[in-house]
Amino acid sequence: MTSAFVPANYDLPRSVRLSALGIAALALVLFPVVFPNPAVTSVGVFAMIYLLSVSGWNIFSGYSGYIALGHAVFFGIGQYSSALLTSHFNVPPGWDSFALLPVAAALAGIAAVPIGFILLRVRKHTFIVLTIAVMFIFQLLAFNLRSWTGGSQGLQMPFPTWTGDFFNQPFYYVGLGASAIAIAVSWWVRRSKFGLGLLAIRDDEDRARSLGIHTTRTKLIAFVLSAVFVGAAGAIYAPFVGSVFPQFAFDPSFDLALAVMAFTGGLGTLVGPAVGALVIGSVQQYFLLQFGGANTFLIVYGLLFVLILRLLPDGVVPSIALQWRHWVARRERARAHSDLSPPPDLETRIEVPVEQGRSAQ
Amino acid sequence: MTLLAVEEISKSYGGVQALRGCTMNFAEGAINGLIGPNGSGKTTLFNVITGYERPDAGRVLLRGKDMTQATPDAVFGAGVGRTFQLTRIFPRLSVLENVHVAAQRRGFVAQMRRWTTGNEHQRALDSLEFVGLTHLAREPAGSLSYGQQKLLEFAFIMVAAPSVMLLDEPAGGVNPTLLRHLAGRIKALNAEGVTFIIVEHDMEFVMGLCDQVSVMHNGSALREGRPAEVRADPAVLEAYLGTDMAEAD
Repeated sequence: MTSAFVPANYDLPRSVRLSALGIAALALVLFPVVFPNPAVTSVGVFAMIYLLSVSGWNIFSGYSGYIALGHAVFFGIGQYSSALLTSHFNVPPGWDSFALLPVAAALAGIAAVPIGFILLRVRKHTFIVLTIAVMFIFQLLAFNLRSWTGGSQGLQMPFPTWTGDFFNQPFYYVGLGASAIAIAVSWWVRRSKFGLGLLAIRDDEDRARSLGIHTTRTKLIAFVLSAVFVGAAGAIYAPFVGSVFPQFAFDPSFDLALAVMAFTGGLGTLVGPAVGALVIGSVQQYFLLQFGGANTFLIVYGLLFVLILRLLPDGVVPSIALQWRHWVARRERARAHSDLSPPPDLETRIEVPVEQGRSAQ
Repeated sequence: MTLLAVEEISKSYGGVQALRGCTMNFAEGAINGLIGPNGSGKTTLFNVITGYERPDAGRVLLRGKDMTQATPDAVFGAGVGRTFQLTRIFPRLSVLENVHVAAQRRGFVAQMRRWTTGNEHQRALDSLEFVGLTHLAREPAGSLSYGQQKLLEFAFIMVAAPSVMLLDEPAGGVNPTLLRHLAGRIKALNAEGVTFIIVEHDMEFVMGLCDQVSVMHNGSALREGRPAEVRADPAVLEAYLGTDMAEAD
């Protein structure tokens, strides 16, 4: 679908955008207070984990246009790092385990350097296929490096001794805080010269290179940044569910989820992927609660993906923004038209009687 | 004085020999025309000069410095800007963002600063004004007409203040009014010291604008000289029109 051209200077006013952001932030902060039911806050924790992951993923894939379907690698590294460090350093469950979050995120970032260095030598479909391949390599490693990962038996993590009513809330707020940092970094990147380089790569990588942009370095930095946030999401997820298994740590449906969320909300925009994560992450958990672990949500993912690509290829948020700009443009044209029409007194002065006019012809 | 020189450049693609020991010199501060029939190797020579293609043999020298193995970003950093036969802009970025992409910044901290900060923002606005696209600064570049895209490409090369600009068929698909505007901009920049190398099929445009013209034929240099001399050379006519036509002419 090709969007009709609309002048760009009809954006939503800054005050409206900031107000909407403030209301959304307040709603997210108050959510567990207003809905304290553990079943509901549990959905909230998963939504926060997806929000953090997709915001990180978008820094690389959204801005550079390289669709990575292997970021489960970093989600898994975050989980295993959290579990192994907890066990190795005898970190007590609870608040202390959150101190491992930056370490796990950093380890995911470090792992992303050689992975990115290799993967980013190829482009487009080859890149997508290789990211999936690397994800399965890590899953196989997790199954086979039993002395580290426990193989198919997985690793168990001790649960915090918080009460059932309170249990989800620390995970929710840590996830929300980390997501806020990820979105802030994403905002910063989007406004920076570095981010402009990423967007140029998305449009025409060779041209960007010919204009002096170090494309490999730019892509690699974005890849590492995104891995850090996805790794942090893994380090929240592992202590929340209390176990790490290879097939769930390095899970292809995790990458599918990130892609669907970002495309639905608006790939490469700041707010779009976040909206996608909050809506689809919550709906997914609802399906899991209603229909158990039958992966019914994968059917919904598929249908949603087809519908979005068919009806709103730019995603929901950019489509709404475009409609807004169309509406303002129409309003401006109507106003300009009414300004050009003659004032009422002038109309009476130049009024020509119909009969007289006809006879004159 | 020679600013850019190519020495004995050869390049082949499988069985096709695009460049055969091509040697040329482009004078500093001049508007150099590069003409030749289709398939004579002009664009391949541009690709070699700007680092898009590695030659099989020969050297590219910029102010005497060997740039043969330089990558496109290094060539651009050395002051050689280039436009393409078919415009290559960033369609989803705004016109102003397009111009900013080419503005050079060194260091990670500088890269992480907002793209609209610094002197380069003023330079970007000046470049847009120079080509007459200021009123379209916030529009998506993909919505511009083909001629406006040519001007935009020109503006975003300009913002990096290159010492040499390689223009590949700047007149192609551009209406006469825009073309006069573009020629005026080229002359104005040249007066400020920018050297131009222009590949073009529009002979009126080339002969009216260029100080020096080089002719390519079958991948090598056929003739170099002033426009009037080149136009009068029977070998050039033959290369363009073929032996029979040249004789009839």
